[in-house]
Amino acid sequence: MTDPTPGTPGQTVGPFFGLSLPYAGGPELVPPGSAGAIRLHGQVLDGVGEPVPDALLELWQAGPDGAVVREPGSLNRDGWTFTGWGRAATDNAGHWSFSTLRPGPGRPGAAPFFALTVFARGLLDRLRTRIYLPESESSLAADPLLSALPAERRATLVATAEPDGYVFDVVLQGDRETVFLESRP
Amino acid sequence: MPENAPPDTQESISAEIASIAAAHEKAGPGPLLDYPPYRSSILRHPTFAPVQVDPEEVELAGPVFGARDVDPTDADLTAQHPGEPVGERMVVTGRITDGAGRPVAGQLVEVWQANAAGRYAHGRDRHPAPLDPNFTGTGRSLTDADGWYRFVTIKPGPYPWRNHLNAWRPAHIHFSLFGRDFTERVVTQMYFPGDPLLPLDPIFQSIPDTAGQQRLLATYDHGVTRPEWSTGYRWDIVLTGPRRTWTQS
Repeated sequence: MTDPTPGTPGQTVGPFFGLSLPYAGGPELVPPGSAGAIRLHGQVLDGVGEPVPDALLELWQAGPDGAVVREPGSLNRDGWTFTGWGRAATDNAGHWSFSTLRPGPGRPGAAPFFALTVFARGLLDRLRTRIYLPESESSLAADPLLSALPAERRATLVATAEPDGYVFDVVLQGDRETVFLESRP
Repeated sequence: MPENAPPDTQESISAEIASIAAAHEKAGPGPLLDYPPYRSSILRHPTFAPVQVDPEEVELAGPVFGARDVDPTDADLTAQHPGEPVGERMVVTGRITDGAGRPVAGQLVEVWQANAAGRYAHGRDRHPAPLDPNFTGTGRSLTDADGWYRFVTIKPGPYPWRNHLNAWRPAHIHFSLFGRDFTERVVTQMYFPGDPLLPLDPIFQSIPDTAGQQRLLATYDHGVTRPEWSTGYRWDIVLTGPRRTWTQS
């Protein structure tokens, strides 16, 4: 099936999105240190492994119960409402960080993941990917996306556990290039 | 580029643009991500084709925004300071739909832009054009129940950006758009009809499909002006989560 009307094309976010898109509280889906809070962080790297200091990441995820969240207030957080969505710009070292909750599986036995959108100067359209949690090896092995990928490509979609959360690098180009996604028609 | 090579000229960049366009007459509607005339893209585009995936339930939904998130005054970029900004005051309005023509209602639209002189109120913009103390150039709005957005602003100026020697961006407004689901998220740029810089611009020309290019052009619409006060432009947006060709090969 094709869409009857073609979509409006994307364009790069450019170097000056900092004027408008990042905002106070954007990366804090829950207050750091609050009950159940984890740190999800990493770097954005270019084709020669250099950090990308002008990228913007958006996180969208289910709650710990696996249910889709339908709560407003992401731009003006009250500290109590989990909206499932956040936004973080990279710093001068190409590093980004969110404070959030672990997403639950969308259906019984499914592999939980964070959905991620990536924007950057030099990137002519947004990229989409997923960050899978590493713990449940059986659900990862059964995941329709992961199981169809060669091992080295698959590894780019699975976060590494740390004591306080997870680390995940977004590699835009090269040998360790992150798997980016488009929806099947 | 070798260390002592002369900087690229507009002529050499335009020749690259023409040769890629000729090779992509039947390309998809979106931009090529591997587009060397835009020099900053060279190390930042993926080389693998995107992996096709069936979206999961969470990806078929998207964040919800509401009255808590956006103040109605955020949509007037001319009213954020004590005085009036310099430049051509204009209304920019349009309707946001999905590929089936259904309105994208109650969704967030964010914009940012240069001032009338082509300068961003951003610390890293070194273009020696004047800053305007009455213009920051950033706005937000929620679409109404029928998918309409409306901003009041001033027309941004073109500016040089050092992609190559004497490279100028056509006047544009950056738009950040959320659709009905996560896969429809788009950040793009709205341009003005008849801008002589459009054929020279590697970012606009990264869309090889001329119909795709046309979809980024606003239309002058006397019907949306505010009489004796501002001009008006209409720009409709369709959010489909478009599939695209990523690489040149």
